[in-house]
Amino acid sequence: MKSLRAYALAYLAFLYLPVLFLPLFSFNNSRFIAFPFTGFTTRWYSTLFADDAMLHALGNSLEVGAVTALLSTLLGLLAAKAVTQYRLRGTGALLGFVSLPLFIPDIVLGIALLLLLGAIGFPLSLAGVALGHASLCVPFALTVLIARFEGFDRNLEEASADLGEGAWMTFWRVTFPLVLPGIAASLLLTFITSFDEFLLAYFLSGTEATLPVYIWGQLRFPDRLPMVLALGALILVASVALVVLAEWARNLGVAPGKKSIGA
Amino acid sequence: MAFLSVRQVTKRFGDVPAVDAVDLEVPRGAFFALLGPSGCGKTTLLRMIAGFAQPDGGTLFIDGANMNGVPAHRRPTNMVFQSYAIFPHLNVFDNVAYGLRKERLGKQALRARVEAMLATVRLEGLESRRADELSGGQRQRVALARALAKQPKILLLDEPLGALDKRLREAMQVELRALQRTLGITFLLVTHDQEEALSMADQVAVMSGGRILQIASPRELYERPVCREVADFIGQINFFHATVKHIADDTVTANAGVLGIVTLPRASFGFPFAVGDHVLLALRPERITLQRGSVAGQITAASFLGERSHYQVKIAGRSEPVFVASSGAAPQGPVLLGWAPDALIALPFTA
Repeated sequence: MKSLRAYALAYLAFLYLPVLFLPLFSFNNSRFIAFPFTGFTTRWYSTLFADDAMLHALGNSLEVGAVTALLSTLLGLLAAKAVTQYRLRGTGALLGFVSLPLFIPDIVLGIALLLLLGAIGFPLSLAGVALGHASLCVPFALTVLIARFEGFDRNLEEASADLGEGAWMTFWRVTFPLVLPGIAASLLLTFITSFDEFLLAYFLSGTEATLPVYIWGQLRFPDRLPMVLALGALILVASVALVVLAEWARNLGVAPGKKSIGA
Repeated sequence: MAFLSVRQVTKRFGDVPAVDAVDLEVPRGAFFALLGPSGCGKTTLLRMIAGFAQPDGGTLFIDGANMNGVPAHRRPTNMVFQSYAIFPHLNVFDNVAYGLRKERLGKQALRARVEAMLATVRLEGLESRRADELSGGQRQRVALARALAKQPKILLLDEPLGALDKRLREAMQVELRALQRTLGITFLLVTHDQEEALSMADQVAVMSGGRILQIASPRELYERPVCREVADFIGQINFFHATVKHIADDTVTANAGVLGIVTLPRASFGFPFAVGDHVLLALRPERITLQRGSVAGQITAASFLGERSHYQVKIAGRSEPVFVASSGAAPQGPVLLGWAPDALIALPFTA
C-alpha cells in the first residue's frame, strides 16, 4: 500500500511538477530562470498587461477560439442529432472517419491545410485558423454531444410530438434544454482546444498572431522570458478552470431520461 | 364507421410483417385492450395509431377522419408511455401544462385546467415537484394527467402499469377503469398481461404474429376462445386430443382418449366440423372437480394460494399433468376428475 502511494505521488509529480515551474518563476524577481529565488515580484505581470502586441494576440486567440467553438459545436450538434436519431448503416465507420483529424499528425494536417488554402486562393488569416481548428474540434464536440443525446429517453421527444408540438418546438422545448449541458461542455472544450493550439495557427495565421504563436515569437528574446512565464501561468490557470467547468457541465443532470423509467 | 377504425393495416420491418393486414373497430367511449406476447405487433399498431409510425398498407380512421399521413402532433390522440417519458427538466405543473401551450389559455385558466387534471389523478399539491422527486406511481399519474389534459379523442396506454409493483398495479387497474367510466374518453390499452386486459377492458383483441386472433369481451375470450393460442394465452388450460364420433341435434359425442367418451353441447363448437374430425378439447382448471367423476388420477403437486388451491393430477396415458384449481378442502390420495358437459371447449385441431 505504501509503495503504491509513493508511486502515485511520483506519477503526479512527473505530470505536474514541470508545469508548476511556470507560476513559480513568474513571481521570481530575476530575469534568469534559475534557483535560488532572488525575491517576490509581480512586475512580470504588469509588463505583460502593458504589452500591446500580447493583448492583440490575446484578442485574436479569443476571437478564433469563439468562432471555432461555435462552428464545431454547431456542426457537432447537427451530426450528433442525426447519428443518434437515425441508426444508419455505416454510422460507426462515419464516426471513425470524422475523428480522423485527431490522429493525423498536426504538422501533416497543417501542411495539408496550408496547401489547400493556397490552392483555392483563401488568404492566410485568422479565419483560416478558425476553420483549421474547427476540423480538429468537431470530433471533440461530437463525442461530448453524442453521449448527451444518447443519455436521454427517445420517448421524451415522442411525448412532445404526441402533446402537439412539431419538430422545431420539440427541439426547442425538450431536446435543447436536455442537451444544453452537453452544448456548454462542448463549447468550453473546443474553445480551450483552439486557444491552446499552436501548429495550425503558426501555419495558417499569416501576419496576425494568436497567443501561442506570439509566445513562440517571444522565446527568441531572453529578456522577455519571465513575462512569457507569467503569461503561461495565466493560461494554465484559465485552461484548468475551463476544463473543470466543462466537466461539471457535462455531468450536469446526467442521463436525465433514465430517471424517468422504473420504480 | 366505428370511432377508431383500422382497416387492413400492415407494417413491415424489412420483409417481416410486424402488423399483418389488421382490421379493428373500436366504438366511442370503449375501454379496448390489445393483448399479446411481446413481439406480437401490438405496440407497433399502437404507434401507428399515435402517428409515430406510418402504415405500409391499409387505412386508419379516427372519428371518421383518415389519419394516413397525419403526423403525431396533429392527431387527436394522446399517449401514456411505458417509460412515462416525464420531461425531466420540468416540474409536475409544467409537464401537465406542456400540451396546452397552443390553446393560449390565460394564466388563470391554465392553472385551473392543470389543477383540475392533477385533482383527477389525485396529485394535488405536487405541482412544483421534479420528475426525479416522484415515485413510480406518481410518475404514472403525471403521465396520465399530461395526456388527459389535451382532452384526446383516444387515450393510448402502452403497458402503463408494467413498472409498478403488484399491489399498486391492482389499485391502478381499478382506478383507470373508474377514470375511463367517469371521463367517457375512449381508452386503448396495450398489454402483455392478460389479467390487466381482462380486468379493465370491455373488449379485448388478442394478437399474435402481427395478426388479430380474436376480438371479444373478456368473459367470452375466457369461455369461448376460438383457437388454441387464445385459450393458452388467457389463463391456464388443459388440452386433450379428441375425435368426433357422433353429432346429434344439440350434443356432440367425441372420443377424448384419456378422458374416455365425452359428450358436450354442439354450441361449444365455434367452427365447422364433421364426424371423424380431429379436434382439441380444452378444460379450464377451475371447471374440473376432484370429488366425483369418471377419470381416476393421483395428485402429484399441490399449492395453497389462499382463496383457492392449485393441483397437478397425473392420469393414466398422459405424460403432462392435468391442472386443477379448487376452492374446496385438499383431498388426499387418489381422486376422480369430473366436469360439466359445457365446461369442455372445442377448438380446431392444431399440432
